[in-house]
Amino acid sequence: MKKDNKPDNTAFTQQRLPAWQPVLSVGIVLPLFFIIGLAFIGIGIGLLITSNNIQEFEEEYTGIGDNSNCYICANNATANCKCTLNFTIAQPIQGSVFMYYGLTNYYQNHQKYLSSRDDQQLAGETYYLKNPSQSCKPYQMDINNNPIAPCGSIANSFFNDAFALYYNNQGFLDEVKLDGSAIAWWTDHNVKFSNPSQTGSNLSQIFEGTVKPINWSKPVYNLDVNNPDNNGFINEDFLVWMRTAALPDFRKLYRRISGNYSSFMPSGNYTLEITYNYPVKDLPGKKKVIFSTVSWMGGKNQFLGIAYLVFGSLCFVMGFILLIVYAKYQNVEDNDD
Amino acid sequence: MLRRCLSRWCGSDEKRVDNRTIYIGHPPGLGTEALLPPKFCDNRIISSKYTIWNFLPKNLFEQFRRIANFYFLIIFLVQVIVDTPTSPVTSGLPLFFVITVTAIKQGYEDWLRHKADNEVNKYPVTVLENGKRNRKESKNIKVGDIVEVTEDETFPCDLILLQSSRDDCTCFVTTASLDGESNHKTHFTVCDRWEKEISFLSATIECEQPQPDLYKFVGRIHIYKEGQDSTVRSLGPENLLLKGATLKNTKKICGAAVYTGMETKMALNYQGKSQKRSAVEKSINAFLIVYLCLLLSKALVCTTLKYIWQNKYGDDELWYNQKTQKEKKTYMFLRIFTDFLSFMVLFNFIIPVSMYVTVEMQKFLGSFFITWDRDFFDPEIQEGALVNTSDLNEELGQVEYIFTDKTGTLTQNNMEFIECCIDGFRYNYRESSTELDGFCTTDEPISKLHEKAGREKEELFLRALCLCHTVQIKEASESSQVDGVDGLTDVTSDDQCSYIASSPDEVALVKGATKYGFRFLGLENNCMKVENRSRDVEKYELLHVLNFDPVRRRMSVIVKTKTGEILLFCKGADSSMFPRVQEEEVERIRMHVERNALEGYRTLCVAYKSLTPEEFEVVNGFLQEAKLALQDREEKLAKVYNDVETGMHLIGATAVEDSLQEEAAETMESLHRAGMKVWVLTGDKMETAKSTCYACRLFQKSTELLELTVRSLGEDSGKREEKLHELLLDYHKKAVQDRPKSKGGIYRSWSSSIPEFGLIIDGATLSLILNATLDTNANRYKSLFLQICQNCMAVLCCRMAPLQKAQIVKMVKNSKGGPITLSIGDGANDVSMILEAHVGIGIKGKEGRQAVRNSDYAIPKLKHLKKLLLAHGHLYYVRIAHLVQYFFYKNLCFILPQFLYQFFCGFSQQPLYDAAYLTMYNICFTSMPILAYSLLEQHICIDSLLENASLYRRITKNAMLRWGPFLFWTLLGLFQGLVFFFGTYQLFQNPALEDNGQVFGNWTFGTIVFTVLVFTVTLKLALDTRHWTWINHFVIWGSLAFYVFFSFFWGGIIWPSLKQQRLYFVFANMLSSVSAWLIIILLIVVSLLPDIVIGVIRQPQGPDRHHKNPAHLRGRDPQSSRSPDRPLLLRTFSDESNTVV
Repeated sequence: MKKDNKPDNTAFTQQRLPAWQPVLSVGIVLPLFFIIGLAFIGIGIGLLITSNNIQEFEEEYTGIGDNSNCYICANNATANCKCTLNFTIAQPIQGSVFMYYGLTNYYQNHQKYLSSRDDQQLAGETYYLKNPSQSCKPYQMDINNNPIAPCGSIANSFFNDAFALYYNNQGFLDEVKLDGSAIAWWTDHNVKFSNPSQTGSNLSQIFEGTVKPINWSKPVYNLDVNNPDNNGFINEDFLVWMRTAALPDFRKLYRRISGNYSSFMPSGNYTLEITYNYPVKDLPGKKKVIFSTVSWMGGKNQFLGIAYLVFGSLCFVMGFILLIVYAKYQNVEDNDD
Repeated sequence: MLRRCLSRWCGSDEKRVDNRTIYIGHPPGLGTEALLPPKFCDNRIISSKYTIWNFLPKNLFEQFRRIANFYFLIIFLVQVIVDTPTSPVTSGLPLFFVITVTAIKQGYEDWLRHKADNEVNKYPVTVLENGKRNRKESKNIKVGDIVEVTEDETFPCDLILLQSSRDDCTCFVTTASLDGESNHKTHFTVCDRWEKEISFLSATIECEQPQPDLYKFVGRIHIYKEGQDSTVRSLGPENLLLKGATLKNTKKICGAAVYTGMETKMALNYQGKSQKRSAVEKSINAFLIVYLCLLLSKALVCTTLKYIWQNKYGDDELWYNQKTQKEKKTYMFLRIFTDFLSFMVLFNFIIPVSMYVTVEMQKFLGSFFITWDRDFFDPEIQEGALVNTSDLNEELGQVEYIFTDKTGTLTQNNMEFIECCIDGFRYNYRESSTELDGFCTTDEPISKLHEKAGREKEELFLRALCLCHTVQIKEASESSQVDGVDGLTDVTSDDQCSYIASSPDEVALVKGATKYGFRFLGLENNCMKVENRSRDVEKYELLHVLNFDPVRRRMSVIVKTKTGEILLFCKGADSSMFPRVQEEEVERIRMHVERNALEGYRTLCVAYKSLTPEEFEVVNGFLQEAKLALQDREEKLAKVYNDVETGMHLIGATAVEDSLQEEAAETMESLHRAGMKVWVLTGDKMETAKSTCYACRLFQKSTELLELTVRSLGEDSGKREEKLHELLLDYHKKAVQDRPKSKGGIYRSWSSSIPEFGLIIDGATLSLILNATLDTNANRYKSLFLQICQNCMAVLCCRMAPLQKAQIVKMVKNSKGGPITLSIGDGANDVSMILEAHVGIGIKGKEGRQAVRNSDYAIPKLKHLKKLLLAHGHLYYVRIAHLVQYFFYKNLCFILPQFLYQFFCGFSQQPLYDAAYLTMYNICFTSMPILAYSLLEQHICIDSLLENASLYRRITKNAMLRWGPFLFWTLLGLFQGLVFFFGTYQLFQNPALEDNGQVFGNWTFGTIVFTVLVFTVTLKLALDTRHWTWINHFVIWGSLAFYVFFSFFWGGIIWPSLKQQRLYFVFANMLSSVSAWLIIILLIVVSLLPDIVIGVIRQPQGPDRHHKNPAHLRGRDPQSSRSPDRPLLLRTFSDESNTVV
């Protein structure tokens, strides 16, 4: 065996590999602090300015309280109840505006809820269309044991309020065009989700033998009457909904404002016509619509800018403290020597 | 296998019988009984744990006995059985990985043991069967076989000595590897001279069942001779040759095997090697319990809050999140329990599953660095260090007490005559020595000796050396001696191996005399023959030998010259000789003796006296009377000896060196400076041991010696305990109470104002302390003794039995504070203490391989201990301590965000991270950098560690794994976990993070946290790494790159086998958002900065020192700078000892 011989004289076996031996000295750390501090303050200022330039407008329409427009709809469980919301935008909004709907106290990230879906069915695999996964329970099969498509709690609780926006142009209601394309991830729309394919048959034929989710009013192949390509599992609103939110208070992209108002929303009065379906009163939660421009950093978020600023300044202060301590210490040292 | 079971079975069956009967040959007169010889176990030695067949079940069982593994098994089973949020794979895969790696490691170690066993078992032996000499493998020896053993071979099993090649029915044996006694013992054949060839012998032996006592054996042998009645002889221990002992000075012997294999006395003595556990493992277990509590409380908190939360909203069944039928049916209590288990499973990653496997790998791979180290390579034996267990690597960095054997460990057990002094003149044999001290009177070679002392005195002295001893001449080399008479040089070289004595220094003295022209030719018919300078043979009739004893510390011979003159020659320790000779003679010699003693030589004074025939008659009468006395023979003899050895004339003194091991003094010095206390445990005489201690600088000139020996307690055995009590109190006052409280605490203080103490204790006194007649006293004595010892810089325990060595180790080991002990020895007598101590080190010395086999680490030389402890031990400790803390830390900040997330997902056990991340975090993303760190880190380079022994003190008492550092790491983990989660949480107040207005979901949230986590913990390690080899670079940057690559890969493909495609393009989408980038960078920097600040503040003397003084470590060491005089002194000493060796 090897042990009888003299061990190999390699740098590795003798633990003498050449090595870089850094020491965290004040000399290195101090400049580091100042550099980080400066950089972070810079980024922070940039972020804050960007965030402040983003215009955001939020309007709640839950319908709690008698004077609220949607009170009747919120308490009447009739389908497709309509209510309107009037609001005024004081400052014209520059740039393309995105319209979000927001829910609060809604646990899309609940474990049971979140796992109640069948990605294989949603990917358009024909077998799973008729045989949804167990994980979809209790929305796997209906009472008559027909497969539900799309199955599961998430799909079943699909947000089904609809909005129409009008600009009150001197008493004349001008409809603001809303564009529902490209609101979901491209990969979700094109890869992860797809409709089951069957040559020579349309969507409704493909989905034959399945039933719509219990809470749905329309079958999945008929979600978007205006755009036949936006139906089935690849309906963009559906995709947005299926991308479950991280926190109980969340917003989801609903539409982008297009047409005449795509790059500029003038100040003035607007009317939002709401098709009120989605019950949140008992959760108890709130529903809201948000109009917001976006920048390179996304939507409005002060936190990032503030955090960078605060931390950058902290670094700077720390650097100064260290510098003072270090200088004093060095003086003492010098005296000693 | 089957056979072994069978033999075991038979063996246990047999134990009910008190005796075993062994048939040799074919004894006549036996009926059918003889056809069925009783079964005994074969001569196989088994130290391995597993066989191929039982490896899997046994190893799995052993592994799951570990709490941690068992815990993970339970978690895994819970995941399989209960419907939990994470898949069983997440904990099953790491567990499988851990178990597999551990099994491979243990399998490999067992394979090594198998190999070692095979080496012993396949050793060829000669067995006589029906007149033929058959070569067999050792394992095939059966009880009743007649085995032939030749000189210098070890006995393959316990044998009854039947025949010896010596004329006098004896053989010589050394049991060095069994009990450490290296002198030759005489064993006797079963009296008969066999007329016939021994292999045709037929006999039966009845003897007791095997028992571990080496010195007890009872049996009898029936010998059947043709046409005669059987003869019966009794057998005793003097007839029994033990396995492991070595045949000496006898050409060959034949013996009948009585005990074989695992039933030999040696095997019975060394069974039951207990598993040693390192202190680090204890710390790990303690931390584990803390984290387990943390885990349980987290699960409890979550479960409680879940039900509170559900109550707040009336029911836990929201309209959008309906329950299944099955869930509705389950009972509330069961639901709560399931929830609790689910939370446990969700948070179970807080207990770092892969830590054990990483620790195992670190230990296993790390131990190779010891084997590979070329500094441990000894060209003499062509071997390097050997690692028998890798579990204790880090313990080498924690040693506080070192128990060392003397002979063969500190010394080479190789006596050399250095110089003598005759009538006050110094005779230094070594011609080229250049002594620096003022005593030196001569450097001249022998030829000028005559001018120094009178020729008569000189010759008298040399004759005394030649006569006053109990040395025997080895007969085997007689022929060569005769040849060599003509050429002087040949003679000396032949003599090298021809003297045998129970004490090696007697041989050294006789050899020393040879150098000056006087040769001892042997004892023949009570007549000692000495060849003098003129090559004439002088004959002296040996009248009496007054044997050496440790109390008297002298020995004498009374001889009668040819002319009829009766002379008494006496040699002994100076203290016992000086009072018995004339004052003016003492003065001339004392100086030399003291100087020699200071140099660490063993000094003896030689005196003579001539007796008139009348005087001799009287003496002779007394001696005869005393020798025949039946009662108190010892006392009477001692009294007569004392009376005879008076009024002598001092003629000279000798200095013999038991040459120290290479660099023994330096090693001891550095160990001392490293804060370790060295205890010398030896079976040797006190004087010898003491002089060795001086030579090794364990005792210094300034050391005040506290003696607790039979001598200091007085002869009267009745009053010993009282005296002991007195002495203990006295010493305690001196060494403990009066000692100024220094900040150094237990460390040896360096300021010269405090006297340093050394303690000497012997075996008898020790047993008196340990077994005091009153129980209360025993405890009190023990604690007093321990306290004294703890304040002594070195303790010498002499005249120790092997078991007592272990007792001492045990006593210190169990004392307050549980200090880590290390035993080092080379002989079988050290095995007990090697096994007892936390770390056992074997020296690959001359006395067999017993110690090496039972040790945890084996090194070729004592000097290697320094690097083993100061460099390897220190590094291993730092590495593993960091490894352990890091593991707990990284799992805490891994799981804390997951815990916090429960507050925002309705306590629904939603995992924050994807299952792949959960599984891979510990085994892929963060395991390699820490493993590389724990193998390669050198926070201080090896050379500085060796140069600055006191660096070792920084890590004593488990410094890096105490609660303080643990708390620090835990707080760091908590802080970072909070930063990770709440930073991302704040960002997700507005989940529209992409510049196209699209929103991110929960998996992006988890992925951002996870990305920050992986980068932070890896960079944290990078910050801690002080030794960046290319491997570190490769592994640290590599695993970060791997994480990124894996995330792309994992999210880039629709995995056909997966039910859920949660992470599909999540990572890529995340990276397309500038905000995500910014938050990741911010959180990483925020998490790491406190650590950097603390790192800077913690550097005690500031880095400026580092710039000014490249060897800043040396400068930083307060001890060495405080006492500039001392190292100088030590240096001169050590330099000297270098030349001496």
